[in-house]
Amino acid sequence: MAATQVIRSEWTKIRSVASTVWTLSLAVVVTIALGMLISALSKSEFDDMSRGDQLSFDPTFISFAGMSLGQLAMIVFGVLVVGNEYSTGMIRTSLAAVPQRGTFLFSKIAVAAGLALVVGMATSFVAFFLGQAMLGQHKASIGDSGVLRAVIGGGLYMTLIAVFSMGVAVMLRSPMLSLGILMPFFFLISTILGNVGATKKFAQYLPDQAGSRIMQVVTPLDDDTPYGPWGGLAIMAAWVVAVLAGGYLLLKKRDA
Amino acid sequence: MIELEGLTKRYGEKVAVNNLTFTVRPGIVTGFLGPNGAGKSTTMRMMLGLDRPTAGDVRIDGQHYDRLKDPLTYIGALLDAKAMHGGRSAFNHLLCLAQSNGIPTSRVHEVLETVGLTSVARKKAKGFSLGMGQRLGIAGALLGDPRILMFDEPVNGLDPEGIHWIRNLMKSLAAQGRTVFVSSHLMSEMALTADHLVVIGQGRLLADTSMADFIAQNSRAYVRIRTPQRERLLDVLHGAGITVVEAGEALEVDGSKSERIGELAAQHQLVLHELSPQRASLEEAFMQLTAESVEYHAHSDAPLEQPEPWGDGWRKD
Repeated sequence: MAATQVIRSEWTKIRSVASTVWTLSLAVVVTIALGMLISALSKSEFDDMSRGDQLSFDPTFISFAGMSLGQLAMIVFGVLVVGNEYSTGMIRTSLAAVPQRGTFLFSKIAVAAGLALVVGMATSFVAFFLGQAMLGQHKASIGDSGVLRAVIGGGLYMTLIAVFSMGVAVMLRSPMLSLGILMPFFFLISTILGNVGATKKFAQYLPDQAGSRIMQVVTPLDDDTPYGPWGGLAIMAAWVVAVLAGGYLLLKKRDA
Repeated sequence: MIELEGLTKRYGEKVAVNNLTFTVRPGIVTGFLGPNGAGKSTTMRMMLGLDRPTAGDVRIDGQHYDRLKDPLTYIGALLDAKAMHGGRSAFNHLLCLAQSNGIPTSRVHEVLETVGLTSVARKKAKGFSLGMGQRLGIAGALLGDPRILMFDEPVNGLDPEGIHWIRNLMKSLAAQGRTVFVSSHLMSEMALTADHLVVIGQGRLLADTSMADFIAQNSRAYVRIRTPQRERLLDVLHGAGITVVEAGEALEVDGSKSERIGELAAQHQLVLHELSPQRASLEEAFMQLTAESVEYHAHSDAPLEQPEPWGDGWRKD
C-alpha cells in the first residue's frame, strides 16, 4: 500500500464534505473578526488603562484574541475529520480499503493537518495585520522583535489544536463525545484552572495554555511561567504526540 | 478462495464465532446462512481484517487480509450499505476508495454505470433510498474488479426489482469464475441463488454442503392422499407394506411412491380425490437445523438461571 495513494484518497475525502468548508471558514472569520473587534476596543480604552497595563500592553497578542473562539471551530474541524468516519460507519469501508491502520491514520492526519496549517497560517497573518490596523498608534510592526515568531506561532497553534482534537476523536470514536469534552475544556475549564491560584501551576502545562505562549510578544509584569514561547509550543506538541500515539495504539488494537 | 480455519471470536464470556472451518470456492455462489445473531457479520468482518479473531485464521487467496497489496483488487465487500459518509457524493465516495487502491478514475464511471447510478453520481449519498445505497455499496465492491466478492444480507430492504437484479448479478459474477460469498437469514433467498451452503447457528458450523444435497437431505418428500374410502385404502397400503401416517382428513406416505400408490388404488378400484407428491419447505428444514443448535447450546454451556439464548440481538447481524 503506497502512502501516496492513501494521501490522495484522504484528500478526496476531506475536500468532498461540506463540514470541512464550514468549520474552516468559521475558524477564519471568527478569529479575524473577533480579533479586530477586541483590538478596536483596546485602542479606545488604552488611555483609561493603568500604568502597569499600558506597560505590558501586547498589541500582537491582542490581535489574536479571536483565537479563543476561533479555536473552537478548529476543534470541530479536527473532530469531524476523524469522528465522521466512525459516526457514519465509513470507517469499516475505509479500513477494508486500507487495512494498514497506521498508514490510514497518519495519512488522514497528515492531510488534515496540512490543510489546517495553510488555513491557520493565513488566518494568523490576516488577524495580525487587520488587528494592528484597528490598534492605530498602539500597533506593533511585523518587523519588531518577536512579532513574526508570534504570528507564525499563531498559525502553528491553530494547527496543533486541530491535530490534538483529531487524536482525541480517534480515541473516543464519537464526534459528539469528543466535542462534548473538548469544547468546554478549551473554552472554559482550562481558563478557569489557569486563573485559580491553586491550579495555576498545573494549568500552565495544559496544551492550550502552554501553546498560546508563542503568541505573546510582551511578557506580563508578574509573569513566572517556567517556559518560553518555543518551550510552550513544545509542551503543546508533546500533548499532540501523546494523543496521537494513544489513538494509534487503540486503533491498531480495536475491532473496527 | 477464502479459507477459514478454527476461526473463533469471543467477546468476554460470549462466543460469537466458534471454531469455524470451511472454504469458500471460486466459480459458485456460496450462501452463508444463519439466524440473526448467529455470527455471520462477525465472521465477515474477520475475513476483512476489521475484527481480530480470538483464535484461528482466515486467509484470502492464501494470504492474510492486511498483507494484500491493494485489497480491493482481491476482494470486494458489501458489509453495510450505510457504511459511507452521507454528505459525500456517490462519485466522490467511490473515487476516494479507488484512489486508496490505485484504481483509475475511469473505473469509477464504469461501476456507476454497472449499478445504474450514473445519473445520480454527483448527488449526496444521504438522499439515496435504501436500494440506491445498496447499489452504491455494490459498486464499491466491484470497484477493484476483484476475484472474490462478499455481500452481507444484500437483499435486505430491497424492492422486488432490486432483489432480482442482485440475484442475477451474483450468478453472473460466479459464472465468470469469481468467488461469491453471500450471507442471508432467509433460506428461501439462498435456495434461489446459492450453489453451495454454509449454515451456522450460535457461531457454530451446522452444515457445509451443496445446495442440492441440502435439499435432498433436509427436505422430506412425502405423498399426500385423500380418499372417501379411507379404511379400505389403509388396508390395501398396509397389505403392500407401506407405512401410512394419518394427517387429519388426509393420509401421508413417506418417500416418493405416488405411482405405486396410484397403481394399487386402481387395482382395488378405489376412488382417490387427491394423490400429490409433496416436499417439506426448506425454510422448515433450516429452522429445525438452527433451532437444534440453540437448544443444544442452551443445554451445554448456558447457565440454567439464564434461560434466554444470548445470541439474538446483542450485536447487529
